[in-house]
Amino acid sequence: MKSFTYERATDPAQAVALLARDPAARFLGGGTNLVDLMKLGVETPGHLVDIARLPLDRVEVTDDGGLLIGATVRNSDLAADPAVRTRFPVLSQALLAGASGQLRNTATTGGNLLQRTRCTYFQDVTKACNKREPGTGCPAREGVHRDLAVLGHSEACVATHPSDMAVALAALDADVLLLGPDGGRTVPLTDFHRLPGDHPEKDTVIRPGELVTGVRVPRTAAGLPSAYRKARDRASYAFALASAAVVLDVRDGVVGDVRLAFGGLAHKPWRATTAEATLRGEPATPESFRHAVEAELAAARPLRDNGFKVPMARNLAVRLLTELADPAATATDHTDPRRGDR
Amino acid sequence: MTTSRERALGSDAVRIEGLAKVSGTARYSAEHTPPGCLYAWPVPATVARGRIASFDTAAALAEPGAVAVLTHENAPRISDPEDAILGVLRDDRVPHRGWIVAVAVAETLEAARATADAVRVSYVAEDHDVVLTADHPGLYSPEMANGGHPGTRERGDFDTVYAAAPVTVDVTYSMDPMHNHPMEPHAAVAHWHDGRLTVYDSSQGSSTVRDALAALFALDPAHVTVISEHVGGGFGSKGTPRPQPVLAAMAARHVGRPVKLVLHRSQLPAVVGHRPPTIQRVRFGADRDGVISALAHEMVSYTSTVKEFVEQAATPARTMYTSPHSRTVHRVTALDVPTPSWMRAPGEASGMYALESAMDELALAAGVDPVELRVRNEPSHEPDSGRAYSSRHLVECLREGARRFGWGDRDPRAGLRKEGRFLVGSGVAAASYPVLISPSTAEARADADGGFLVRVNATDIGTGARTVLAQIGADALQAPLERVRIEIGDSDLPRAPLAGGSSGTGSWGWSVDKACRALRARIDAAGGTVPPEGLSASGDTTEEVGAGTEFARHAYGAHFAEVQVDTDTAEIRVRRMLAVFAAGRILNPRTARSQFIGAMTMGLGMALMEGATIDPVAGDFAERDLASYHVPAHADVRSMEAYWIEEDDRHLNPMGSKGIGEIGMVGSAAAIGNAVRHATGVRLREVPMRPDKLLPHLA
Repeated sequence: MKSFTYERATDPAQAVALLARDPAARFLGGGTNLVDLMKLGVETPGHLVDIARLPLDRVEVTDDGGLLIGATVRNSDLAADPAVRTRFPVLSQALLAGASGQLRNTATTGGNLLQRTRCTYFQDVTKACNKREPGTGCPAREGVHRDLAVLGHSEACVATHPSDMAVALAALDADVLLLGPDGGRTVPLTDFHRLPGDHPEKDTVIRPGELVTGVRVPRTAAGLPSAYRKARDRASYAFALASAAVVLDVRDGVVGDVRLAFGGLAHKPWRATTAEATLRGEPATPESFRHAVEAELAAARPLRDNGFKVPMARNLAVRLLTELADPAATATDHTDPRRGDR
Repeated sequence: MTTSRERALGSDAVRIEGLAKVSGTARYSAEHTPPGCLYAWPVPATVARGRIASFDTAAALAEPGAVAVLTHENAPRISDPEDAILGVLRDDRVPHRGWIVAVAVAETLEAARATADAVRVSYVAEDHDVVLTADHPGLYSPEMANGGHPGTRERGDFDTVYAAAPVTVDVTYSMDPMHNHPMEPHAAVAHWHDGRLTVYDSSQGSSTVRDALAALFALDPAHVTVISEHVGGGFGSKGTPRPQPVLAAMAARHVGRPVKLVLHRSQLPAVVGHRPPTIQRVRFGADRDGVISALAHEMVSYTSTVKEFVEQAATPARTMYTSPHSRTVHRVTALDVPTPSWMRAPGEASGMYALESAMDELALAAGVDPVELRVRNEPSHEPDSGRAYSSRHLVECLREGARRFGWGDRDPRAGLRKEGRFLVGSGVAAASYPVLISPSTAEARADADGGFLVRVNATDIGTGARTVLAQIGADALQAPLERVRIEIGDSDLPRAPLAGGSSGTGSWGWSVDKACRALRARIDAAGGTVPPEGLSASGDTTEEVGAGTEFARHAYGAHFAEVQVDTDTAEIRVRRMLAVFAAGRILNPRTARSQFIGAMTMGLGMALMEGATIDPVAGDFAERDLASYHVPAHADVRSMEAYWIEEDDRHLNPMGSKGIGEIGMVGSAAAIGNAVRHATGVRLREVPMRPDKLLPHLA
């Protein structure tokens, strides 16, 4: 691991100023991903600005009934927050489906958004990877890619974004709050992460020197039925093979508001706008749900070994929509919720 | 001393070193740091096959704290190794990706890593072949499989009888490579002093490592000490000497200071062995009642170009069931892959997965309950050898397990039990593991103060061996357990075999029992009192073990599993596992239970999630950390129960014990696979049964 210097920032403006002094510097949050990548030689910052103790550790219910989540709020704390649990259960469920208890206790909201792909080629500096070293190629296309993207990938990159939390936030129409040398700005979460295109080295639209200071969740989904479900290789501590976040408002058997986002399928949380548009005003039936989700997933272009993700994502989404539309008919889940098996 | 006393054997004595381990005071190999110790970091090859053209170490040696970079061009010479995987830094050949081609040495761990990262190696890469196929052109029939088993065995006339059988099964099962990944990575600290070599090594048997190092460095074995006091698991990967003590000793000799080398988790898959992938075809010919007349088990696997290792997966079929006509065949091909080796129950775990899955298919084909099918095929004598069994209580395990599990209530029809989006089913499989034993020596000493010391170079890899050996000693000495101290894990102690093949307790315990009985006799001869200078005795079981046995000796068991399958995602979760074992006398129920359920958990991993992917492009394993190589998490292990039937078998050893370290893993994956079939109606003939494999088969 390359040697580096370290300092701790005390307020967001100072943190941005500290980073601006050194182009090779990086912000350090919980460190659950950045420190791993530094050990692997994937990330080689010369200087770390520790932002984990910035006063951005609050979850506030805003005047209009939404949420303002500070960037340094730990994943565990956010999942347990009463306002999140009662008003936006999809977010709490997504957080609890991610990582392990130990990691969630350390990982921050901002860091969760900015975590890098777990593609094994990206993490191995002895192999080519366009995301890590642009222009070197993507061996995953011919190599090992069962866990990688089926939607929105490019010739250059087939990586997936690993976050569960971000998938729920995408479904909630959240905004990412940024502070940079030139001041603050707000980016919709669905525009924050990029598709790889010709520049897979860029995961997000964040500009050099910008700090994520928080996430704003509008009130529009507050209190609506919502849920997150994730499929994975083991019951805990595994990234999503596919996941789905759903918010659904049904009035008199007709779909009103609906938001659907997929995880594990693409380089970013995949907001299913085609499915949503297809569903609005339609009868809230399994048939229409399936029709809409299949319309969304028609864009999928699976690789040799990851075609299973398409029916898996479809089944997850159709099931969640069906359950949320008719809670009384919700199938009994015999899994023990304490085991995190959602 | 002759007052009434609880016998120590059979009691659930707690681990002697348990407090030291949980309080962090038990020191593992890497936690020993001699004065002046330097740190080493290996440089793994980044081509899958080829030659090293040149090294550029200038930048590496310019790193702050760098001391040396060892390569085949400057490393101390070592003799031809008996085990070719120890032939490191000897030539320019790269037999597989991850082969260690250089070692950086520096003042700190961080500096060593930076130095290693800065070593530039130029390779002349050659085309590599790392993909095993059932019809690989390089397949051949080896003379021997692991464990000294003949590669091929034929009995009777399989082809004719199979062709005429009214009920037949012809199925092929496959298994991905699996990694041992013990919690403690392989580590060694080497120190040369006064012409002697002392090495702390994380090993399953330091006598073996001592002998290997003495041979490689042309030393008198008496001048080499290898210490493995506490070992954080091995699962076979530390059963044979591994490169780390060799490299640490080479580096220490080169720089003239002690050197510590800890393999990084990412380096383990290529360096410490793995369970090779297998493709196994099983054929049964049976009568209409399911009684087997013809059995063929034919395995295809790979070995490396470094040495031949043949997973003996077809051997359980030689001993398990009645089979008048039998063919058991192993074939391997040498690929440009890391060298496979022992992983918990090599041969049995892989072979019984296929055999016990195929038995479930035979049960369906014959319309016989799977428990009953196994009972009907219970042999009177071991089929392959014709020998009588010293004890065999498989039927009792099946019956007792069926009773405890509630098997009698089971509707055999598949795909019927739907609970919401889940399908639920149950399955059974048998387990078997041979009784292995090796010669061992031990010493026992009595002090005038009433204390005893037992010395034997056993290794406690987390099993509780230290505790059970003290229990054996206490009973043989007719002394309270708390008066018996025990020393293990040091090659200067009386020589003893490695902790492997579930043979440790039987092998070491026999010599401890012998030494302690001899000592007891001396004390009694001295009138029951120990003189001020103390008394001692030794025990050597070379003769007893060498005499062999006329019996076929195996432990048996029966696994029952209940699974749920998510019909949306094909995620399989095991709701409960229950097993009953017959493994001789259980010497310590506390440590035995943890052996059984630990191995059953590993079997759960084998069934559902443990599997490595060979990257055809790069030629190495894609998963090289515990985030990508999935072992069961706590949430995967719900209800896990192990029971046993006490056997009184006089043909084993003085304790009457059979090995218990591996049998818990044998058959468990088959029980889960059989349960998945019962739940869904889908027979998935491969492990791990990840969602991507099962989902396409669910409607």
